[in-house]
Amino acid sequence: MADTIFMALGAIAVLSALFCVFQRSALAAAIWLVVTMLALAGMYLILGAPFIAAIQVLVYTGAIMVLFIFVIMLLNLGQGASDIRGPGAKAVALVLAVATGTYLLRLAGYDPARLAFELTGTTDLSPATVFATAEAARQAAEAQGVVGAVAAPLFTTYLVPFEVTSLLLLAGIIGAIVLAKKRI
Amino acid sequence: MLLGPALSISALLFSIGVLGVLIRRNAIVLFMCIELMLNAVNLTFVALAQYHGVGGQLMVFFVMAVAAAEAAVGLAIILAVFRHTTSVDLKTNTLLQG
Repeated sequence: MADTIFMALGAIAVLSALFCVFQRSALAAAIWLVVTMLALAGMYLILGAPFIAAIQVLVYTGAIMVLFIFVIMLLNLGQGASDIRGPGAKAVALVLAVATGTYLLRLAGYDPARLAFELTGTTDLSPATVFATAEAARQAAEAQGVVGAVAAPLFTTYLVPFEVTSLLLLAGIIGAIVLAKKRI
Repeated sequence: MLLGPALSISALLFSIGVLGVLIRRNAIVLFMCIELMLNAVNLTFVALAQYHGVGGQLMVFFVMAVAAAEAAVGLAIILAVFRHTTSVDLKTNTLLQG
Protein backbone atom coordinates (compact mmCIF):
# COMPACT_ATOMS: atom_id res chain seq x y z
CA MET A 1 0.00 0.00 0.00
CA ALA A 2 2.68 2.47 1.05
CA ASP A 3 4.76 1.43 -1.97
CA THR A 4 1.88 2.18 -4.34
CA ILE A 5 1.30 5.60 -2.79
CA PHE A 6 5.04 6.28 -2.96
CA MET A 7 5.23 5.43 -6.67
CA ALA A 8 2.10 7.49 -7.38
CA LEU A 9 3.59 10.50 -5.56
CA GLY A 10 6.84 9.96 -7.47
CA ALA A 11 4.96 9.99 -10.77
CA ILE A 12 3.14 13.19 -9.74
CA ALA A 13 6.46 14.78 -8.76
CA VAL A 14 8.20 13.89 -12.04
CA LEU A 15 5.23 14.89 -14.23
CA SER A 16 4.70 18.24 -12.55
CA ALA A 17 8.47 18.90 -12.72
CA LEU A 18 8.24 18.33 -16.49
CA PHE A 19 5.25 20.70 -16.69
CA CYS A 20 7.26 23.24 -14.65
CA VAL A 21 10.12 23.11 -17.16
CA PHE A 22 7.98 23.30 -20.30
CA GLN A 23 5.33 25.76 -19.10
CA ARG A 24 5.70 29.08 -20.92
CA SER A 25 4.25 31.25 -18.14
CA ALA A 26 6.59 31.74 -15.18
CA LEU A 27 3.65 31.77 -12.76
CA ALA A 28 2.31 28.44 -14.03
CA ALA A 29 5.82 26.98 -13.75
CA ALA A 30 5.98 28.13 -10.12
CA ILE A 31 2.61 26.51 -9.32
CA TRP A 32 3.72 23.22 -10.90
CA LEU A 33 6.91 23.36 -8.84
CA VAL A 34 4.74 23.74 -5.71
CA VAL A 35 2.92 20.52 -6.72
CA THR A 36 6.29 18.75 -7.07
CA MET A 37 7.36 19.90 -3.63
CA LEU A 38 4.09 18.81 -2.00
CA ALA A 39 4.46 15.37 -3.60
CA LEU A 40 8.02 15.22 -2.26
CA ALA A 41 6.71 16.05 1.22
CA GLY A 42 4.38 13.04 0.97
CA MET A 43 7.30 10.86 -0.09
CA TYR A 44 9.32 12.03 2.93
CA LEU A 45 6.43 10.93 5.16
CA ILE A 46 6.53 7.43 3.65
CA LEU A 47 10.33 7.32 3.95
CA GLY A 48 10.00 7.84 7.71
CA ALA A 49 10.94 11.53 7.96
CA PRO A 50 7.77 13.33 9.14
CA PHE A 51 9.72 16.30 10.56
CA ILE A 52 11.43 16.91 7.21
CA ALA A 53 8.04 16.57 5.48
CA ALA A 54 6.58 19.31 7.71
CA ILE A 55 9.62 21.54 7.14
CA GLN A 56 9.35 20.90 3.39
CA VAL A 57 5.76 22.19 3.36
CA LEU A 58 6.53 25.13 5.66
CA VAL A 59 9.84 26.33 4.20
CA TYR A 60 9.78 25.25 0.55
CA THR A 61 6.14 25.61 -0.46
CA GLY A 62 5.29 28.11 2.25
CA ALA A 63 8.23 30.49 2.18
CA ILE A 64 10.53 30.02 -0.81
CA MET A 65 7.84 29.48 -3.45
CA VAL A 66 5.75 32.35 -2.08
CA LEU A 67 8.85 34.54 -2.48
CA PHE A 68 9.19 33.36 -6.09
CA ILE A 69 5.53 34.02 -6.88
CA PHE A 70 5.76 37.40 -5.15
CA VAL A 71 8.70 38.42 -7.38
CA ILE A 72 6.95 37.10 -10.52
CA MET A 73 3.91 39.25 -9.68
CA LEU A 74 6.11 42.24 -8.77
CA LEU A 75 7.90 42.09 -12.14
CA ASN A 76 4.56 41.50 -13.92
CA LEU A 77 5.88 38.53 -15.91
CA GLY A 78 2.69 37.57 -17.67
CA GLN A 79 2.25 35.64 -20.89
CA GLY A 80 5.04 37.11 -22.96
CA ALA A 81 6.98 35.63 -25.82
CA SER A 82 8.26 32.11 -25.14
CA ASP A 83 11.58 32.08 -23.31
CA ILE A 84 12.48 28.53 -24.36
CA ARG A 85 15.73 28.48 -26.31
CA GLY A 86 16.02 27.65 -30.04
CA PRO A 87 16.19 24.15 -31.56
CA GLY A 88 20.02 23.92 -31.48
CA ALA A 89 20.29 24.74 -27.78
CA LYS A 90 17.26 22.53 -27.13
CA ALA A 91 18.99 19.51 -28.71
CA VAL A 92 22.19 20.09 -26.71
CA ALA A 93 20.15 20.49 -23.51
CA LEU A 94 18.21 17.29 -24.21
CA VAL A 95 21.41 15.31 -24.85
CA LEU A 96 23.04 16.60 -21.65
CA ALA A 97 19.91 15.96 -19.54
CA VAL A 98 19.46 12.44 -20.91
CA ALA A 99 23.15 11.70 -20.28
CA THR A 100 22.82 12.96 -16.68
CA GLY A 101 19.63 10.96 -16.23
CA THR A 102 21.00 7.67 -17.57
CA TYR A 103 24.15 8.04 -15.48
CA LEU A 104 22.19 8.76 -12.29
CA LEU A 105 19.56 6.09 -12.97
CA ARG A 106 22.19 3.43 -12.28
CA LEU A 107 21.38 4.28 -8.64
CA ALA A 108 18.02 2.55 -9.14
CA GLY A 109 19.74 -0.82 -8.71
CA TYR A 110 20.65 -0.12 -5.09
CA ASP A 111 19.05 -2.03 -2.25
CA PRO A 112 20.14 -2.33 1.40
CA ALA A 113 22.15 -5.51 0.76
CA ARG A 114 24.21 -3.90 -2.04
CA LEU A 115 24.68 -0.76 0.06
CA ALA A 116 26.01 -2.88 2.94
CA PHE A 117 28.27 -4.82 0.58
CA GLU A 118 29.82 -1.67 -0.92
CA LEU A 119 30.31 -0.19 2.54
CA THR A 120 32.01 -3.19 4.11
CA GLY A 121 33.38 -5.11 1.09
CA THR A 122 31.91 -8.41 2.29
CA THR A 123 28.58 -10.17 1.91
CA ASP A 124 28.88 -11.93 5.27
CA LEU A 125 27.23 -9.17 7.27
CA SER A 126 23.49 -8.64 7.00
CA PRO A 127 22.23 -5.07 6.34
CA ALA A 128 20.70 -4.97 9.82
CA THR A 129 24.11 -5.32 11.50
CA VAL A 130 25.86 -2.89 9.12
CA PHE A 131 23.21 -0.20 9.57
CA ALA A 132 22.81 -0.53 13.33
CA THR A 133 22.75 3.28 13.71
CA ALA A 134 19.51 3.41 11.71
CA GLU A 135 17.83 1.00 14.09
CA ALA A 136 19.12 3.07 17.03
CA ALA A 137 17.71 6.21 15.40
CA ARG A 138 14.34 4.50 14.93
CA GLN A 139 14.26 3.55 18.59
CA ALA A 140 15.25 7.09 19.59
CA ALA A 141 12.37 8.44 17.49
CA GLU A 142 9.98 6.17 19.36
CA ALA A 143 11.40 7.16 22.74
CA GLN A 144 11.86 10.92 22.24
CA GLY A 145 9.25 11.66 19.61
CA VAL A 146 9.91 12.66 16.00
CA VAL A 147 11.10 16.20 16.72
CA GLY A 148 13.18 15.14 19.71
CA ALA A 149 15.05 12.53 17.68
CA VAL A 150 16.00 15.16 15.10
CA ALA A 151 16.69 17.93 17.61
CA ALA A 152 19.05 15.97 19.89
CA PRO A 153 21.84 15.47 17.29
CA LEU A 154 21.15 18.92 15.83
CA PHE A 155 22.17 20.58 19.10
CA THR A 156 25.02 18.20 19.95
CA THR A 157 26.86 16.62 16.99
CA TYR A 158 25.78 19.22 14.42
CA LEU A 159 25.92 22.30 16.68
CA VAL A 160 28.65 24.10 14.70
CA PRO A 161 26.94 23.75 11.28
CA PHE A 162 23.71 24.88 12.95
CA GLU A 163 25.33 28.08 14.25
CA VAL A 164 27.03 28.69 10.89
CA THR A 165 23.59 28.40 9.27
CA SER A 166 22.32 31.22 11.47
CA LEU A 167 25.25 33.39 10.29
CA LEU A 168 24.45 32.47 6.68
CA LEU A 169 20.80 33.47 7.12
CA LEU A 170 21.88 36.79 8.67
CA ALA A 171 24.18 37.42 5.70
CA GLY A 172 21.28 36.50 3.40
CA ILE A 173 18.96 39.02 5.09
CA ILE A 174 21.54 41.80 4.86
CA GLY A 175 22.36 40.93 1.25
CA ALA A 176 18.71 40.90 0.20
CA ILE A 177 18.06 44.28 1.84
CA VAL A 178 21.14 45.91 0.29
CA LEU A 179 20.41 44.51 -3.17
CA ALA A 180 16.72 45.41 -3.08
CA LYS A 181 17.36 49.04 -2.11
CA LYS A 182 16.60 51.78 -4.60
CA ARG A 183 20.17 52.43 -5.80
CA ILE A 184 23.09 50.03 -5.87
CA MET B 1 12.55 0.01 2.01
CA LEU B 2 11.96 1.87 -1.26
CA LEU B 3 15.63 2.77 -1.66
CA GLY B 4 15.80 2.00 -5.39
CA PRO B 5 12.54 3.78 -6.34
CA ALA B 6 13.46 6.84 -4.26
CA LEU B 7 16.91 7.09 -5.84
CA SER B 8 15.53 6.68 -9.37
CA ILE B 9 12.83 9.34 -8.84
CA SER B 10 15.53 11.62 -7.46
CA ALA B 11 17.69 10.94 -10.56
CA LEU B 12 14.77 11.80 -12.84
CA LEU B 13 13.98 15.01 -10.96
CA PHE B 14 17.64 16.07 -11.06
CA SER B 15 17.93 15.54 -14.82
CA ILE B 16 14.66 17.43 -15.39
CA GLY B 17 16.20 20.28 -13.39
CA VAL B 18 19.33 20.15 -15.59
CA LEU B 19 17.10 20.22 -18.68
CA GLY B 20 15.23 23.24 -17.34
CA VAL B 21 18.39 25.20 -16.56
CA LEU B 22 19.71 24.57 -20.08
CA ILE B 23 16.46 25.11 -21.98
CA ARG B 24 14.95 28.24 -20.40
CA ARG B 25 16.07 31.85 -20.69
CA ASN B 26 13.86 33.37 -18.00
CA ALA B 27 16.14 33.96 -14.98
CA ILE B 28 13.36 33.25 -12.46
CA VAL B 29 12.38 29.93 -14.08
CA LEU B 30 16.08 29.04 -14.18
CA PHE B 31 16.20 29.66 -10.45
CA MET B 32 13.18 27.43 -9.90
CA CYS B 33 14.93 24.63 -11.81
CA ILE B 34 17.91 24.97 -9.45
CA GLU B 35 15.47 24.57 -6.54
CA LEU B 36 14.16 21.45 -8.28
CA MET B 37 17.69 19.99 -8.36
CA LEU B 38 18.17 20.80 -4.66
CA ASN B 39 14.91 18.97 -3.93
CA ALA B 40 16.09 15.93 -5.89
CA VAL B 41 19.24 15.78 -3.77
CA ASN B 42 17.14 16.17 -0.61
CA LEU B 43 15.13 13.10 -1.62
CA THR B 44 18.37 11.13 -1.89
CA PHE B 45 19.42 12.28 1.56
CA VAL B 46 16.10 11.26 3.13
CA ALA B 47 16.10 7.88 1.35
CA LEU B 48 19.61 7.07 2.59
CA ALA B 49 18.83 8.42 6.07
CA GLN B 50 16.71 5.30 6.55
CA TYR B 51 19.98 3.37 6.82
CA HIS B 52 22.47 5.95 8.05
CA GLY B 53 20.43 7.33 10.92
CA VAL B 54 19.13 10.83 11.46
CA GLY B 55 22.22 12.59 10.01
CA GLY B 56 20.79 12.52 6.50
CA GLN B 57 17.62 14.27 7.64
CA LEU B 58 19.71 16.97 9.32
CA MET B 59 21.62 17.50 6.08
CA VAL B 60 18.26 18.14 4.36
CA PHE B 61 17.54 20.70 7.09
CA PHE B 62 20.79 22.53 6.27
CA VAL B 63 20.17 22.32 2.51
CA MET B 64 16.78 23.97 3.06
CA ALA B 65 18.35 26.79 5.10
CA VAL B 66 20.94 27.40 2.37
CA ALA B 67 18.21 27.27 -0.31
CA ALA B 68 16.18 29.88 1.58
CA ALA B 69 19.15 32.23 1.86
CA GLU B 70 20.04 31.63 -1.78
CA ALA B 71 16.49 32.33 -2.96
CA ALA B 72 16.30 35.59 -1.00
CA VAL B 73 19.62 36.92 -2.32
CA GLY B 74 19.13 35.56 -5.84
CA LEU B 75 15.68 37.08 -6.23
CA ALA B 76 17.00 40.41 -4.92
CA ILE B 77 19.73 40.25 -7.60
CA ILE B 78 17.09 39.49 -10.27
CA LEU B 79 15.05 42.49 -9.03
CA ALA B 80 18.14 44.74 -9.27
CA VAL B 81 18.89 43.47 -12.80
CA PHE B 82 15.27 44.04 -13.79
CA ARG B 83 15.46 47.65 -12.62
CA HIS B 84 18.52 48.22 -14.84
CA THR B 85 17.41 46.42 -18.01
CA THR B 86 13.61 45.99 -17.52
CA SER B 87 13.98 42.35 -18.50
CA VAL B 88 14.78 39.04 -16.83
CA ASP B 89 15.43 37.37 -20.18
CA LEU B 90 19.00 36.12 -20.30
CA LYS B 91 19.15 36.88 -24.05
CA THR B 92 19.16 40.61 -23.35
CA ASN B 93 21.40 40.46 -20.27
CA THR B 94 24.72 39.80 -22.00
CA LEU B 95 26.92 42.43 -20.36
CA LEU B 96 29.48 39.83 -19.28
CA GLN B 97 29.91 38.56 -22.83
CA GLY B 98 31.94 41.69 -23.63
